[in-house]
Amino acid sequence: MTVLTPEIDARLGAILRTVSDPEIPVLSIMDMGVVRKAELNGTVAEIAITPTYSGCPAMDVIGDEIKKALAVHGFTANVELVLAPAWSTDWITPEGRRALEKYGIAAPLDPISDKDALLGNRKLVRCPQCGTNNTHLVSQFGSTACKALFQCDECLEPFDYFKCLK
Amino acid sequence: MQHLIHYIFGIADNCLILGQRLGELCGHGPSLETDIALTNMSLDLLGQTRSYYQYVAKLQGAPATEDTVAFLRTEREYRNVLLAEQPNTDFAHVIARHFYFDVFHLLLLEKLQHSNDATLAAIAAKAVKEVSYHKRFTSDWVKRLGDGTAESHQRMQDAIDALFIFTDELFQQTDADLAMIETGVGIDVTVFKEVYYNTVRDILTEATLVMPESPYFRSGGKSGIHSEHMGYILAEMQYMQRTYPNMTW
Repeated sequence: MTVLTPEIDARLGAILRTVSDPEIPVLSIMDMGVVRKAELNGTVAEIAITPTYSGCPAMDVIGDEIKKALAVHGFTANVELVLAPAWSTDWITPEGRRALEKYGIAAPLDPISDKDALLGNRKLVRCPQCGTNNTHLVSQFGSTACKALFQCDECLEPFDYFKCLK
Repeated sequence: MQHLIHYIFGIADNCLILGQRLGELCGHGPSLETDIALTNMSLDLLGQTRSYYQYVAKLQGAPATEDTVAFLRTEREYRNVLLAEQPNTDFAHVIARHFYFDVFHLLLLEKLQHSNDATLAAIAAKAVKEVSYHKRFTSDWVKRLGDGTAESHQRMQDAIDALFIFTDELFQQTDADLAMIETGVGIDVTVFKEVYYNTVRDILTEATLVMPESPYFRSGGKSGIHSEHMGYILAEMQYMQRTYPNMTW
């Protein structure tokens, strides 16, 4: 697949890095890969963001948080929602994946492993608490649309798995 | 343009009404996991609906907004299929209704993401990923209940039988559909009708269920002639906007 690198103004990028996903507070929206454009014209910032899922209720909040964060630095932001190209879990950065795991959410697997894991065929999802692959699927849908619910068979902790979306 | 708007309603209203039906189950699912799954799928469908309606509102121009499109139409102006508005009776019915829809919805979106219309193509390319999860979930439950106990098998078969008469409507095309197919915006759904019924049959067979047969099918929703359930759905859904016009959260 084509991974389009978004055009991010360096000054804006540094500020946007401080804005996080309200449902996963440890993850910056930059590491989440939802910022698709950040251009600066004078003091006006043109920002484009894309939803992870169509119904993602966090998008409105993220838009407001972006405006607030940029206002602190004297920028006025126009935030536009774009649908194409559709967001993919490939856009989560390596730092983002580490932040997810540290927060207790298993990072997405590749599509084939993901399907196997979600159909319960193979034990592939690693417990973010104790690191074992000896885990099982509890529900294909977890606390938000982008996650599935798993439980570890070693330490018995339930945890979210971030579903692969490509 | 009227044809385009009607064409979009033919797709989006299914998502709205089915999303509303699933939303009714919030807090009432048979278990916590299924409750969360059904409402997650509702959220996906309503998210897709918003994208479609924002596009319609743009085509219609002010004062139309996604909210007026969703909440301020009369019953006959909704173009969803009768299947989507069927009530939540037992869990097997909820699953059968969604299963029949998911198989169709996925086949439709796979084609719609290549539509000539860039906005529809973008919405479909996004939705197709979500709906493939829905189809996996509902197929899985059809199999679990069908191949479960004698009781669950019977209830799943009853639901599959009861809702089968609504499936043919998915493949009926209105004048707006035909006009949009002509321009390369719309999808000719009749080309995958056979694939649809074969897919349904394969999954039912795996679930040890019998593929229903029916000498007749019900339809009307796509041309605005709905079943008795639709008025109740709209009454609940539109109540707030009708009572307090322009109210926002």
